[in-house]
Amino acid sequence: MSAPVRLQINGHGVEVPPGTSVAAAIARLGLPFRRSVQGHWRAPLCGIGVCFECRVRIDGLAQQRACMLPVREGMQVWTDA
Amino acid sequence: MRDGYDVLVVGAGPAGLAAAAAAAGHGARVGLIDAQAGAGGQVWRREVARTGPALARRGIAAALGHPGVAWLPQTQVVGAEAGALLVEDPQGGRWLGYRALVLAAGARELLLPFPGWTLPGVTGAGGLQALAKQGWPLRGCRVVIAGSGPLLLAAAVTARRHGAELLGVYEQAGGEHLRRFARGLWRWPGKAAQAAWMRARLAGVPYRCGSVVRRASGEARVQAVEVDGPHGLQRIACDLLAVGYGLLPNVELARLLGCALRQSGAHPCVDTDSRQRTSVEGIYAAGELCGIGGRDSARLEGAIAGHAAAGDDAGAARLQRPRRHARRFAERLDRHFALDPRVRALAEADTVICRCEDVPLSALDGHADARSARLATRCGMGACQGRICGGALAELGRFPRDGSRPPLFPARLSTLAADPVSFRDP
Repeated sequence: MSAPVRLQINGHGVEVPPGTSVAAAIARLGLPFRRSVQGHWRAPLCGIGVCFECRVRIDGLAQQRACMLPVREGMQVWTDA
Repeated sequence: MRDGYDVLVVGAGPAGLAAAAAAAGHGARVGLIDAQAGAGGQVWRREVARTGPALARRGIAAALGHPGVAWLPQTQVVGAEAGALLVEDPQGGRWLGYRALVLAAGARELLLPFPGWTLPGVTGAGGLQALAKQGWPLRGCRVVIAGSGPLLLAAAVTARRHGAELLGVYEQAGGEHLRRFARGLWRWPGKAAQAAWMRARLAGVPYRCGSVVRRASGEARVQAVEVDGPHGLQRIACDLLAVGYGLLPNVELARLLGCALRQSGAHPCVDTDSRQRTSVEGIYAAGELCGIGGRDSARLEGAIAGHAAAGDDAGAARLQRPRRHARRFAERLDRHFALDPRVRALAEADTVICRCEDVPLSALDGHADARSARLATRCGMGACQGRICGGALAELGRFPRDGSRPPLFPARLSTLAADPVSFRDP
């Protein structure tokens, strides 16, 4: 096993195996993903980058699909919590 | 010439990989792009900390390991003009030029609305499999899998391997359809073996036919589902519901390029000839894009397209027979897993149809086409651009999704401003 990747999600540090998606890292912490236009909680649906329900802010860039991106060391992720 | 290829392949699943390897085998300079970080598409998606099956490893290595193939991951197609695609990757936007283009964009799940389907904890069936393979935590999680088709079993096997407690697999097709399907499987020994392998791994997991999830309920996330089966209604407490009703082709780019489409059931797919040529000169299509057919027909059609795009008609001709055999399997799937009308009547007046814009079913009453609904309700105007609700509304018999226009996916302004001159032939 290669060394775990460390990232920050909503300010919480988390370590996950390399190759893990940002979406899975968020789920491991049990954090919510986003609110719909009318304020209802949403979480990943399609898992393959089509539905856009997993959008979060990553390293300052908004509207990133968390299911499409593998974690990177030092990544800063913010969900709609 | 910068970033120009003899053959540019869009999609690195079984079809695109086979196309890239075949074209590169004839000496073509090939570009292979995919929006995902890893090659393999959905069916060969790699699992965290696990090596893939041998067939997947060989298929990926044959393309990515070829010196004539440039592998461009995390590259999403945003726009197109004659002879070039506008793409966006983590570095920014640019144009990729091509002499021949092979479209192998695959398929997505058909996700149909029902009360509670927007709750966190409700995913697609393939969706759950994809999430689990990337490390989504499932250990000790009570999972219900529902919908239709062999993908339910594949998703269940993956979920179980990741420690999920499987409460049941609920298939909407009736038992008699499934028995007839199983009796004909001997003509595809590989498929029969795969089915037996999956069933063995699901020992002890209830598999119920003629059963439809009518409702998911819960406070902040799914806590229970209601299943309508041959023996009446059943309420099942669970932590996760994975439900998918089969697949539909990703035709957006083909449509933008002007390739002729044809209808396959409620959904369009790309029309090709036996050499995988579309109606547009120099553009080929292969795999799920040409009608849902599964991995085997995708690999064969990808290879046919790769040979044809590189000018080897004999190579393309040799694969016709096995391709027809593989396609016949798909026709059987279609027939035996045909959707029960109950499935199209699950959404209620206040059920959200367009998840991006929170548009309920009742708001769409009286709209005869997608444009009219869009103007009045914003249905289909959100980030997914109608990819989810458009497929659902077509299946529900409301109205089909209409034309593609750039940007095909939400893109950065700097991408849209990328200079198209940079790809042109000197």
